[in-house]
Amino acid sequence: MSLGTIQEREEKIIDDFSWFETWEEKYEYIIELGKKLPVLDDRFKLQENIIKGCQSTVWLVADYKDGKVFYQADSDAIIVKGLVSMLVSVLSGNTPDEILEAKLEFIQKIGMMSHLAQTRSNGLVAMVKQIKHYALAYKSIEETQKTQ
Amino acid sequence: MEETITLSKAFDVSAVRAQFPILLRKVNNKDLVYLDNAATSQKPQSVIDALTHYYSHYNANIHRGIHALAEEATAAYEATRVAVQEFIGAASSDEIIFTRGTTEGINLVANTWGRQNITDGDEIIISEMEHHSNIVPWQLLCKEKGANLKIIPVNDDGELEMEKYHQLLSEKTKLVSIVQVSNSLGTINPVKEMIKAAHAVGAVVMVDGAQSAVHLPIDVEDMDCDFFAFSGHKLYGPTGIGVLYGKRQLLEDMPVFMGGGEMIKEVTFEKTTFNDLPYKFEAGTPNIADTIALKAALDFVLAHKNEGAKEHETELLEYATAQLSAIPGLRIIGSAKEKVSLVSFVIARVHPQDLGVLLDNQGIAVRTGHHCTQPLMKRFGIPGTVRASFAIYNTKEEIDKLIAGLHKAIKMLS
Repeated sequence: MSLGTIQEREEKIIDDFSWFETWEEKYEYIIELGKKLPVLDDRFKLQENIIKGCQSTVWLVADYKDGKVFYQADSDAIIVKGLVSMLVSVLSGNTPDEILEAKLEFIQKIGMMSHLAQTRSNGLVAMVKQIKHYALAYKSIEETQKTQ
Repeated sequence: MEETITLSKAFDVSAVRAQFPILLRKVNNKDLVYLDNAATSQKPQSVIDALTHYYSHYNANIHRGIHALAEEATAAYEATRVAVQEFIGAASSDEIIFTRGTTEGINLVANTWGRQNITDGDEIIISEMEHHSNIVPWQLLCKEKGANLKIIPVNDDGELEMEKYHQLLSEKTKLVSIVQVSNSLGTINPVKEMIKAAHAVGAVVMVDGAQSAVHLPIDVEDMDCDFFAFSGHKLYGPTGIGVLYGKRQLLEDMPVFMGGGEMIKEVTFEKTTFNDLPYKFEAGTPNIADTIALKAALDFVLAHKNEGAKEHETELLEYATAQLSAIPGLRIIGSAKEKVSLVSFVIARVHPQDLGVLLDNQGIAVRTGHHCTQPLMKRFGIPGTVRASFAIYNTKEEIDKLIAGLHKAIKMLS
C-alpha cells in the first residue's frame, strides 16, 4: 500500500512518468502496473461490482476500516487495469473526505487525459465516479451513525 | 437495363487520397492510418465544398419560399432526391424519404408500418448478426403488440444459416428485417433470395443497408425489398443525413411518423390533411445542407465505381486477411465466402481494447468492442473484436503499418 497523502502519492507518479521520453515507455509502465495488481478474488467478480461505461470489464470493490476506504480492482484489459491500479494506489487507505476532495490532476500531468475522454470506450471517468461514489456512501453511513 | 461495359482504368489511389484533406493529418505525431470506415468514412473535398458553398451562397429554407435563394436551395435539395433514386434504382423519387440515418429509417418503419400492421401473435424475423439498431425497434414493437421476434442463427464462418431461415418463415411471419452487410463481420447476406422467400409467405422485408450502400451496387427494384435504409456518412457523405426507401403503395398506406410543417396539406383545428409522398414523412425544416452535400458523395462513389474501386477494396481485403492470418494467436471472426473489405479479429490472451489503445498511439485508427452487435459477440463467445474496415482511399502500405503496429502492441503486452 502506498504511503503519504493523496497529494504526495500523485507527485510520486508524476515524478516516475517524468523520466519517460516515449509513449512506449509510459505504456510499458502502465502495463507493468496492470500485471502487478493482484488478481481480484473470484468471489468479488460479481455483476454488481462491474463499473458500467467501460468497454472492458472493470470490477471495483471497497471496504471501510477505521474511518478509511480501501479499494481493490481488476480488469480483463491490462492497460485499464494499470490505470485503475494507479487510481487505487493514490486513493486507497484515505478518509472519505480526502477521497472526495482529490482532484486527481496527475492523470492530466502524465498525459493520460485521452483515457478520461467522455467516450463510451474509455472508462476512467466511470472509474473515478464509482470510487468517489463509495467514499460518499461510507461518509453518509458514518454521519448517520454519529447522529443516532 | 442496358449493360454498358466500361474499361476500367488503372486505379490511382494517390489521386483518390488527394481528395481527402483529413488524410494529411498527423495523429500522435504519426501519419494517420484511418481504418475505421465502417463506423464513418472520411469526406472528399467535393462534399466539404458542397456544405460550405450552400452556407456561403444560397442558404435558405426550402419549398415555400419564392425568393431566389429558396428556389436554388429547393432545387439542390430535390436534386439529391433524384440522385438517390438513381443510385439505388428506385422507381420514383417519391419513394425516397430523407432521414437522419439508418437508425431513424428503421424506427420510422417500426413506428408507422409496424404499429399499423403488426398484431398479437405475429412474428418478426431478424438475424443474430443485426446491429442493435435493427434489434431494439422490433423488440419494442413486439412488446407493444404481443408479437414474437424470431432469430436466424449465424454459423461459425459468420454466415446466416439459410436452412433455419426457411424453417422460420411461416404464415405468421409479417416482417423480415435483415442487414445486407454485417458491420461486425463484413458478411454479405443473400438478401435477394431471402426477400423472395419472405414474399412467398406474404411477409414484408426491410433491408438495413448501412454498410452495403458504399460497397455494393444497390438496386432496390431488382432486390425487390419493401424498405431499404442507409446513412450518408458511411458513404463519404455528411453525418445526420440518411435515406429510407419504401415501395410507393406501402408508403402511401402508412400513417405519418411525425407531425409538423412540411408534411401537411391543410391544417384546421378540427382536422389536418397530410401532404403527398415523400413530404408526408418529412416534418419540419429538413437537414438541407447535409442533404445537398449527400449528392456530392453519391457522385464521388459513382465516379470511382468504374475505375476499379471494388477491385481495389477486394485487394485490400485479401491482403489484410493474409497478413493478419500470419500473426500467431490471431483469429479472424467472420470468414464468409462473400465479404466486404472489413476484417474483425481477436488475439489470444489480449483484450481488444489494449490493442486499440496501442494502435492509436501509433496513429492507427481501428474500432474495438462489440460494434453494437452484442448478441453476435455472445454467439462467438468473445467480449468484442478489433475491426479494421477499409475504404477506397486505403492502401497496402497502411495495412503493413497495421500489421507492424499489431506486432509492436503484442510485444508490449506480453
